[in-house]
Amino acid sequence: MRRTLFLIWKELLELRQDPKLLRMLLLAPILQLTILGYAATTDVKNVPVVIADADRTPASRDLIERFEASPYFSIAGVVTTVDQIDPYLEQASAWMALSIPAGYGQAVGSGTPATVQVVADGTDANSTTVALGYATTLVATYARSLAGQPAASLSARSAAAGQGFSLARLGSFDPQVRVWFNPQLESKDFMIPGVLALLLLVMTAVLGSMGIVRERELGTLEQLNVTPLGRWQLIVGKLLPYGLIGAIDVFLVAAVAVFWFQVPLCGSFLLLFAMSMVYLLSTLGLGLFVSTISNTQQQAMMTAAFFVVMPMMFLSGFVFPIENMPALIQPLTYLIPLRYYLVIVRGIFLKGVGLETFWSEALELFVFGVAILSLAAARARKRAA
Amino acid sequence: MRKTLAVGRKEFHQIVRDRRTLSILLLAPVMFLLLYGYALNFDIKHVRLAVEDRDGTVESRALIAAFVNSGYFDLVASVREDRAIDHLMDRNEIRAALVIPEGTGRAINTGRTAGVQVLINGDNANTASAVMGYALAIVGSVSSNLLVEQRGVRLAPPVSAEPRIWYNPELKSALFLVPGLIAFIAMITGAVSTALSIVREKERGTWEQVRMAPIGTPAYIIGKTIPYVLISIASAMAIMLAAMALFDLPMRGSWLDLLLAVSLFLVGALGTGMFISTVSDSQLLAFQIVLIVAFLPTFILSGFIFPIASMPAPIRLVTYVVPARYFLVALRGIILKGIGAAMIWRELAALVIYATAALGLASIRLARERG
Repeated sequence: MRRTLFLIWKELLELRQDPKLLRMLLLAPILQLTILGYAATTDVKNVPVVIADADRTPASRDLIERFEASPYFSIAGVVTTVDQIDPYLEQASAWMALSIPAGYGQAVGSGTPATVQVVADGTDANSTTVALGYATTLVATYARSLAGQPAASLSARSAAAGQGFSLARLGSFDPQVRVWFNPQLESKDFMIPGVLALLLLVMTAVLGSMGIVRERELGTLEQLNVTPLGRWQLIVGKLLPYGLIGAIDVFLVAAVAVFWFQVPLCGSFLLLFAMSMVYLLSTLGLGLFVSTISNTQQQAMMTAAFFVVMPMMFLSGFVFPIENMPALIQPLTYLIPLRYYLVIVRGIFLKGVGLETFWSEALELFVFGVAILSLAAARARKRAA
Repeated sequence: MRKTLAVGRKEFHQIVRDRRTLSILLLAPVMFLLLYGYALNFDIKHVRLAVEDRDGTVESRALIAAFVNSGYFDLVASVREDRAIDHLMDRNEIRAALVIPEGTGRAINTGRTAGVQVLINGDNANTASAVMGYALAIVGSVSSNLLVEQRGVRLAPPVSAEPRIWYNPELKSALFLVPGLIAFIAMITGAVSTALSIVREKERGTWEQVRMAPIGTPAYIIGKTIPYVLISIASAMAIMLAAMALFDLPMRGSWLDLLLAVSLFLVGALGTGMFISTVSDSQLLAFQIVLIVAFLPTFILSGFIFPIASMPAPIRLVTYVVPARYFLVALRGIILKGIGAAMIWRELAALVIYATAALGLASIRLARERG
């Protein structure tokens, strides 16, 4: 026990000697969460639209105004012919084009169905789908308002269009949609706990991954090896000081999330803190494991970047929902501790649920942490022998 | 020039000796492209749905059938009471629930409107809004079918939108991911591989030798980066070829333009790594800075996954200094839209500035360190 304490003391002294690193470890998460928290939004807003208005009538301008007024779109330019939209889409200065054909105004005025074309850039598949949805909804709403207009032109309009007016009086389903946990459908509340988890991962996995290999590269591992320090003592002695830094980071990022971004913390903070500590077991454990299997810090860095941080970002459900992955890949995600932690943080933050709901995730997270630490300890002895 | 090559050769030998680093640099990118190319997509299907049918008539069953047959929803539970839905939602076992109250069938048959409730788990706002769209569309089409049956009317809206998608008509996720992954992987290999190069010499005590070496600082830096530029270009091209073979990625533009964009970005990334290396006192700190300055912004601030247009204005300004932002527009343009260098000259110019600035800053810093 005393030996472990000495090692912990030594680690803390070393950290104090590297003030740049210490500043980085404590300030970077705050700064990062503030910027990335704003950026990590899957909402689609202000989609730049170029409009090809071949009609140039009050009717076409009316439709364009609808697009202008919508928070989802911003007008990147208005041109006259369809082929003028090409450069906009090619240079990505517009993601979407609305093409209003000549004769549109006349058709609308006389009650004949008119079609406008919406062209979307498919290279960003996700935003495109959402933006197209908004555009078609906007046009449909606009059409309904035209059909409902009690103007004189209504009488001239076809009987079918008039039916739209009294649609509600026919036997039909009226869907009432209620969104739970996040009624405004803000992605902020969903993403910020994720960014928080990602930052904790980045801060701690790096510390762990350099922890032992650093001693090896500097030649001080030999010195540690001749001390009567056991393998578990070595791992725990590295784990605790890093864990302490991680614990401080948990406080800092949670404070930014709650006080700056106003993410509602529905559940208990104590539970959040306790579960974060369990999460740090596995992120530090993964780092330390990488450290024991690497010969140089460069190797450790490559391995940690490609095999720890990147899979955690992509396969944890942070942005890409796990349920969308092919059945073959899904089992792989069980090896990603962030997967469990995300369910837990989002549960505590957004739903205010407790251990009784996510005990299985908590258990899996804990088991993963202990297992990876044991692996690291086993490797550490092999190297020391 | 000769001295630069000598430094390059030395660095190259060092990389080749370190088998693991070399194989990670060359193979990991392709491996991860395969994994992520298959794994990641935003297409939302198989939404887990619970149904509470308190009506139990032909009409209510028809509505449920419409949900299940749409292909978007998987019926995972039929429940009798609201409490059960709470529980399933809390446990993440369902993402949506459909509640049909008693009397729905009667209301429909007597020509009245029947309210049905759709409950959606909103924790993932993006998925939730897609699910909401599906649900509304399904209920809408069932309703309009009823109208056609009952009254024989078909509604033609006065204006309708006809959607078209260019460049990626099937909206394949792989097509959108590949340019992003190339940028991401190029950033990591670039910045990660040089970030340790100078601080390592300092930490190991070989720094004095570097200081005394009879070679100019810029020449030294260029020599150090050349091997990594070559390796990273090889790995970026391997990603392209793998994506073309496996995911039917079209290569619509010119390879020369692609090579130009990739090289510029890589040189910038390597310069960034080098600069980080000169300002760090330990390899640990260098790694930390790389992740925070290069890794996370390339992931989150580049427009790779999160649309820049949706970010708040101050953050949009921040994205202008994220080089991956320009690189992504250039890559998507060249690979998917088939446009030439002339169309994306602004992005290429930004990358030239980035590469020069990164290498220049690294040289200045290093020259000062060498004294």
